[in-house]
Amino acid sequence: MSTATTHDETSYVPPAEVGEMELYHAKTWLGKYVFSQDAKVIAIQYAFTAIAIGMVALVLSLLMRLQLGFPNAFSFITPTAYYQYVTMHGMIMVVYLLTALFLGGFGNYLIPVMVGARDMVFPFLNMLSFWIYFLAVVVLVASFFVPGGPSGAGWTLYPPQAILEGTPGTEWGIILMLISLFMFIVGFTMGGLNYVITVLQARTRGMTLMRLPLTVWGIFIATILALLAFPALLVSCIMMLLDILLGTSFFMPALVSMGEQLEYGGGSPILFQHLFWFFGHPEVYIVALPAFGIVSDLLSVHARKAIFGYRMMVWAIVAIGGLSFIVWAHHMYVSGMNPYFGFFFATTTLIIAVPTALKVYNWVLTLWRGNIHLTVPMYFAIGFIFTFVNGGLTGLFLGNVTVDLPLSDTMFVVAHFHMVMAVSPVLVVFGAIYHWYPKITGRMLHDGMGMFHFWFTFIGSYAIYYPMHYLGFLGVPRRYFSLGNTDFIPASAASLNQAISIAAIIVGITQLVFIYNLVWSLFNGKKASDNPWNATTLEWQTATTPPGHGNFGKELPKVFRWAYDYSVPGADKDFIPQNEPPRS
Amino acid sequence: MSEVVENEKTGALAGMAADWSSDQRAFKGVPWHKAMMWVFLLSDTFIFACFLISYMKVRITTTLPWPSSSEVFALTINGHHIPLLLIAIMTFILITSSGTMAMAVRFGYQKNKNMTGFLLIVTALLGASFVGMQAFEWTKLIVEEGIRPWGNPMGAEQFGAVFFMVTGFHGFHVSVGVIFLIITAVKVLRGSYDNETPGFMTGRKGNYEIVESMGLYWHFVDLVWVFIFAFFYLW
Repeated sequence: MSTATTHDETSYVPPAEVGEMELYHAKTWLGKYVFSQDAKVIAIQYAFTAIAIGMVALVLSLLMRLQLGFPNAFSFITPTAYYQYVTMHGMIMVVYLLTALFLGGFGNYLIPVMVGARDMVFPFLNMLSFWIYFLAVVVLVASFFVPGGPSGAGWTLYPPQAILEGTPGTEWGIILMLISLFMFIVGFTMGGLNYVITVLQARTRGMTLMRLPLTVWGIFIATILALLAFPALLVSCIMMLLDILLGTSFFMPALVSMGEQLEYGGGSPILFQHLFWFFGHPEVYIVALPAFGIVSDLLSVHARKAIFGYRMMVWAIVAIGGLSFIVWAHHMYVSGMNPYFGFFFATTTLIIAVPTALKVYNWVLTLWRGNIHLTVPMYFAIGFIFTFVNGGLTGLFLGNVTVDLPLSDTMFVVAHFHMVMAVSPVLVVFGAIYHWYPKITGRMLHDGMGMFHFWFTFIGSYAIYYPMHYLGFLGVPRRYFSLGNTDFIPASAASLNQAISIAAIIVGITQLVFIYNLVWSLFNGKKASDNPWNATTLEWQTATTPPGHGNFGKELPKVFRWAYDYSVPGADKDFIPQNEPPRS
Repeated sequence: MSEVVENEKTGALAGMAADWSSDQRAFKGVPWHKAMMWVFLLSDTFIFACFLISYMKVRITTTLPWPSSSEVFALTINGHHIPLLLIAIMTFILITSSGTMAMAVRFGYQKNKNMTGFLLIVTALLGASFVGMQAFEWTKLIVEEGIRPWGNPMGAEQFGAVFFMVTGFHGFHVSVGVIFLIITAVKVLRGSYDNETPGFMTGRKGNYEIVESMGLYWHFVDLVWVFIFAFFYLW
């Protein structure tokens, strides 16, 4: 017995406080695979739906890039269609892909199995959650096929323009969009309550909150944010629907449109912006916090080293979550609100950089002198650090009112949030899929295709978004169908746009390799062992791979240590699973 | 139960820290559905808060005068003009229903099937009468006073819009509550909680603790009404 002790090891595990969870055993094929109440099946359903609708949004972004790179070369991309692409791309990517995939997908799969539960605490509600989400996606897709097409109001859906004649999709598109969002929120709330209560009340013996893997912490806090932020969107959806359908004036001031005085009067468009961003800013962290958590685990596992500053990482997640509720109006510096507000919100925004930077330091320090295994998930995790730091630094520019004003509504903003909120979380999604695919399917993904996918995506993202910062400094506005002739934008901007578009198309095609890899490996991939990455967390300690209904074998695992016992001096192996009792 | 005793010894704060740093459950002895109801109500609080803040905001932005609540919500009985009469009765009924609900929870923990079921039905009836009076109030406002969501003869059109939206959303909550009160009452009375009969859809065993979760929701709906009452009828 060596003298070395691990960080948080106990030999005593308290007795079980409650009996085993009553599991629902479906008897029919429909009950097992379609209306399944097993969180793992629901997770896969969520992930499938989210990725499918995400592919639609990816195609929309490529269509936008075609117009920007090669103006008017494609006759089917009309200005109307272009605005519809902008709107649907944004909304789908943020809400229907990333939120659903991180919380509905990874949350459902990982929370029960990582905290040592047999399933989510309310399996029936969980099943309803997915099907309502699915219907919300169907309603959203339906808006492509109604007269007038989907809404073209921009993903922020600002009134009055979102509902006034002249904006694309005011006939049906905007109505379907709002109904779809409403349904999404209802469905999400059902799932979200599940995730929160499972983490709080259904952990296995020995699993304290401070022994949870950071993945669970990230998803847990993100779910709380979502439960408190989505209400603002729900309320604004209801009010905007009433404005459209009943002719109320919540968001509509007195105005003249098409030469006629409208019936509306007395409403407040700024109110919508406040409500929207009270949802919209936490939404950024709803997407980012699970990514933070997952990337912490990927780095730790593949660097064979404990995460640096575990407690600090947990409290940073909590602090970011709290702060994210008091920064929303930094999206509204040019909306005409009181300048003192700008001062307040700039201050809080810059304060949020502190816990965020702390996390970045800890990731880098986790790598420091680690035994780094350059596996495919590790590439994506390290890639994330790069893109996230880049995107985060430009956030400091935009968080300051005086710097934001000239950059507002330029390509710089597009570059910033795509670096920080699109590329970064998506890299983590990819890394997570390469990491957990062996557990979910029992087979490894193909490494060669994975490397190809990483390098083309990573370098391609820089090729797309780096030049965009420069375009923004030139003053190239975002959301414009075409630039026309202006004095301040040099002709070289057009060739830069072309280069960006070509890079975007290459990155887009690269994703097909990833999809092909997912399908190919399902049948031809190398058989995965129960714990191919030698990880410590509970999902790798299941009796079977993939885990069966109820996740664990006859007995639930008992937890004796934290999730990061890697390279413990004096131990036999370079990892000690959480459920391994201490040597006496 | 042992945790509770321990908490009394060490003080509430230390007890809470001990619970949160323990394994398995952060809220000791709290069933899942009750914890879920609390979190759900927190989320629902944000919904109503957004509604009420929106109401204040449009009341500030609108350029037309806001109709006087003591005029609009008054009833005329025998030629007497009595402001806030109906609303006082409605509030009284809803608060009373909170009382019967609390008693139902108490009898539930005593596993007194008949009293629990009876009090749940009384609560449901009081809730239903509240919704009924709300329907009467809406009818009066729409038919007699000509108030519509898009306009009214007295002034700012936002008055009708926010009033119907917020009281409608609250009335929807009450109606859902009444439906679930009846379902719970039926389950209590036919003995589902005594016999731990599995639920129709979830397959989970029945349990008297569900009455308390139902009660949490019902008290929340009452509490929200107090705020709506203050902001719409007294401001």
